[in-house]
Amino acid sequence: MTQASAAAVHGIDLGIYRRRRLVNGLALTLALGAAGLGLFWLVAILWTLLWNGLGSLSLGIVTQMTPPPGAEGGLLNAIFGTVVMTSLATALGTPIGILAGTWLAEFGKTNKLAEVIRFINDILLSAPSIIVGLFIYEVLVIRMGHFSAWAGAVALAVIVIPVVVRTTEDMLKLVPNSLREAAAALGAPQWKVVTMVAYRAARNGMITGVLLAIARISGETAPLLFTALNNQFWSTDMNAPMANLPVVIFQFAMSPYEEWQKLAWGGALMITLAILILNIGARAFAALSTTSK
Amino acid sequence: MTILTKTTLRHAAFGLCAAVAVSGASVAAQAADISGAGATFPYPIYSKWADAYKKETNVGLNYQSIGSGGGIKQIKAKTVTFGASDMPLKPEDLEAAGLVQWPQIMGGVVPVINLKGLKSGEIKLSGTVLGNIYLGEIKKWNDDQIKALNPGVALPNTAIAPVYRSDGSGTNFLFTDYLSKASPKFGTQIGANTSVQWPAGIGAKGNEGVANMVKQTEGAIGYVEYAYAKQNNIPYAALKNKDGNVVMPTIQAFQAAAANADWANSKGYYVILTDEPGKDSWPITGASFILMHKTPQDPAAAAEALKFFDWAYKDGGKLASDLDYVPMPDNVVQMIRKTWADQIKAGDKPVWTAAATK
Amino acid sequence: MTELAVVSDRTSIPSHGQRQRLQDAAFRLSTLFFALVVLTLLGGVIIALVEGSLPALKEFGLGFVFTEVWNPVTEKFGALAPIYGTLVTSLIAMAVGVPVSFGIAIFLTEICPPWLKRPLGVAIELLAGIPSIIYGIWGLFVFAPFMQSTVQPFLINTLGQLPYLEDVFMGPPYGIGILTAGLILGIMVLPFITSITRDVFETVPPMLKESAYGLGATTWEVVWRVVLPYTRVGVVGGLMLGLGRALGETMAVTFVIGNSHRIASSLLAPGTTISAAIANEFTEAVGDVYTSSLVALGLILFVITFIVLTLAKLMLLRLQRNAGT
Repeated sequence: MTQASAAAVHGIDLGIYRRRRLVNGLALTLALGAAGLGLFWLVAILWTLLWNGLGSLSLGIVTQMTPPPGAEGGLLNAIFGTVVMTSLATALGTPIGILAGTWLAEFGKTNKLAEVIRFINDILLSAPSIIVGLFIYEVLVIRMGHFSAWAGAVALAVIVIPVVVRTTEDMLKLVPNSLREAAAALGAPQWKVVTMVAYRAARNGMITGVLLAIARISGETAPLLFTALNNQFWSTDMNAPMANLPVVIFQFAMSPYEEWQKLAWGGALMITLAILILNIGARAFAALSTTSK
Repeated sequence: MTILTKTTLRHAAFGLCAAVAVSGASVAAQAADISGAGATFPYPIYSKWADAYKKETNVGLNYQSIGSGGGIKQIKAKTVTFGASDMPLKPEDLEAAGLVQWPQIMGGVVPVINLKGLKSGEIKLSGTVLGNIYLGEIKKWNDDQIKALNPGVALPNTAIAPVYRSDGSGTNFLFTDYLSKASPKFGTQIGANTSVQWPAGIGAKGNEGVANMVKQTEGAIGYVEYAYAKQNNIPYAALKNKDGNVVMPTIQAFQAAAANADWANSKGYYVILTDEPGKDSWPITGASFILMHKTPQDPAAAAEALKFFDWAYKDGGKLASDLDYVPMPDNVVQMIRKTWADQIKAGDKPVWTAAATK
Repeated sequence: MTELAVVSDRTSIPSHGQRQRLQDAAFRLSTLFFALVVLTLLGGVIIALVEGSLPALKEFGLGFVFTEVWNPVTEKFGALAPIYGTLVTSLIAMAVGVPVSFGIAIFLTEICPPWLKRPLGVAIELLAGIPSIIYGIWGLFVFAPFMQSTVQPFLINTLGQLPYLEDVFMGPPYGIGILTAGLILGIMVLPFITSITRDVFETVPPMLKESAYGLGATTWEVVWRVVLPYTRVGVVGGLMLGLGRALGETMAVTFVIGNSHRIASSLLAPGTTISAAIANEFTEAVGDVYTSSLVALGLILFVITFIVLTLAKLMLLRLQRNAGT
């Protein structure tokens, strides 16, 4: 029996069926096309980044300082500045974030104050980073009278805190209560239950959260624009403006000098690779911990 | 896996402590860098000087090229040792802020153009036409007003994209000052200042940003300090000066314009060199000024800065003329040194004396 | 002997318990303290922004928000042009990004072969982590020239010739401008919205979808009539999160927006956004009124994103509650 006669026998309107099939095919093709289009642009960006960045990656880029316009040089002082400010921001923000997340997961739980703090935390998480830069400018830079790497580190720490709070709370909530009850039954005070049992159980997740926070702040430019500013030379003075990769990339990319533009691409590639490695590492870490259970 | 994590964490923590310790320790051991901020106009030569000075004396100059407006703001806020501005402050403003000002170097602002197949100097413009372009009245390159100045040049039917300074800029001041003098319409509608409300075009940050934007955009015209056009191979236009001659931007043209300056009789060295008479004068010439406090907050840093500027006057001339900047004439430098000794003091003693260097 | 030991033990137990309670209280209070730090951070941001904008607000009053002027010489500032730029670029970003994100999310949840699902999902999330400055420099060096040489002339010659769209697609092809900035912003929020939409789509109970398939629905009908209505609130919440992200974005936009404090009818004209204006002009602003106007812009941006993010949060909370039942 043909399709038409089979349809006639069962009383199905073939026309509507065909139209539905057509609409389905059309919609799915559009979806596929949209997916292809979006992915195409993203891949194009990565490709350009790789192409232009690899061309300027050489040993010189990590051994020499940022050059004056028209000369050859590297990004050593900028890399150093980014590493120092990122490490400091993480060191500052992580304890605050972990302890705050602990309160939310262990003590606050569902009460009103905890709801408010969670809400505020999510707002801070998605707040524009340039606002954070303005905030630290008003609070630190003006009070201190000058730009400094301290101000830059604090601005980045303000971005780290909400991320770490969120992941700490989520990870601690995943720890089964039976573990906590077992520890309490053995006579452990609550603070020991939290630090020695819950933290240990959630440790991998919390580390993943910290790694993700580091990945987030390594690429942030806006908070550093008016806090740490920039520095042409090698400087380890935390109390003075310090070079950092994102602001250097910003300055160099907007300039007309070929050497500077090349360095900007190289720096951009380095930041992207570092962030990708951190993200992949965080994921692998989280995956390892779940499979080992 | 657990051991790996613990060790990794321990190593990371150790590394962090080491980094912080190193940075803390080196605060004491660091040779002081001179900190300055301001005009992008002299930035190419300041950075060449800084590089050479660092090789000689191991003292670095950390100069933030953020525009004259930024330089004035930072020195008034005392966040830097010196500020740099192409727009000189008026004597009353200097008094009110407790600042001393002197010209460090001179140079020319040139119109740069991006048109396919165009070479430097092929297009000639005048102040009126330039003003009309930036007023948005001349929209295409083959407009009659431009054709009139350029007989025989094949002008395409491309739209003009005027590029201006979006930040507070002394270069902007020099350009708008010239346009206001050469085109009364421009003067009344826009005026001259470090930052004005442009009716048409694209804004870019710094001389660097304008140069970059012109390079990237077909049909664009912008105004940059000559070194930017030279270093980046951007074609520039010739201009008709006050005497009616068409001149190219060369160091001789800048010098001809600067020759008319009367530094001795200008309080606070307030001299503006745009639209100067003289058959060879380049119409948009200007000096770039340094601003420092009369009683600096950090006399040691101020003394280092003055040593650097003195060195620049003595030994920086060749580097400057290589980039087609015009060094200050010797007699003016003598006056400036006297100003330093007379006006920049810590307590009662001058911060810098002629005997202090070498 | 043991009895004596037990008695002496019992007398020391209360002080041991007291010590434990003190330690617990100390721990709880210290964690509470740091949780309150989060609150004070937000409070601090608001106070700092308000304090910094007071001079400008006193000078211009509420009219600041509705005036289109930006003259550092006469010290008259108005936020209308930056606000317009922020809203229009974000709208363009959403108009471009949302359909594409939906397409990718639908592909990932319904059409994608299982072996491709995880790697593609991970790839999307990794792309969401690329810092925005990368999009900015790509935009300046690659996309803007492409727009200038190909897309913009095309738009001017086709859509720009139609009667009502004349003013919208008018003007010299600069390459940079509001449309270019909006498109780059769209590409930037793409991975972000895609992963949220995908997560939301995956909360649909498989039973619902299978019931629909069982009744003979096509894939598209399942998406349109089952998945989307079920996740409607969550999807809107996710979209608003993406919108909040686009509104506050600085570096992707600053390079290509054109820095012109003017509202033009043409999408091909340069403009400015709040964050681009602050990023470009803050370090050079001379004078209290200028600086304070920029901080006031920051305050306006904060208020806008706060409202958008609050709405997003409320919607996502509702979805979570529904999903739990």
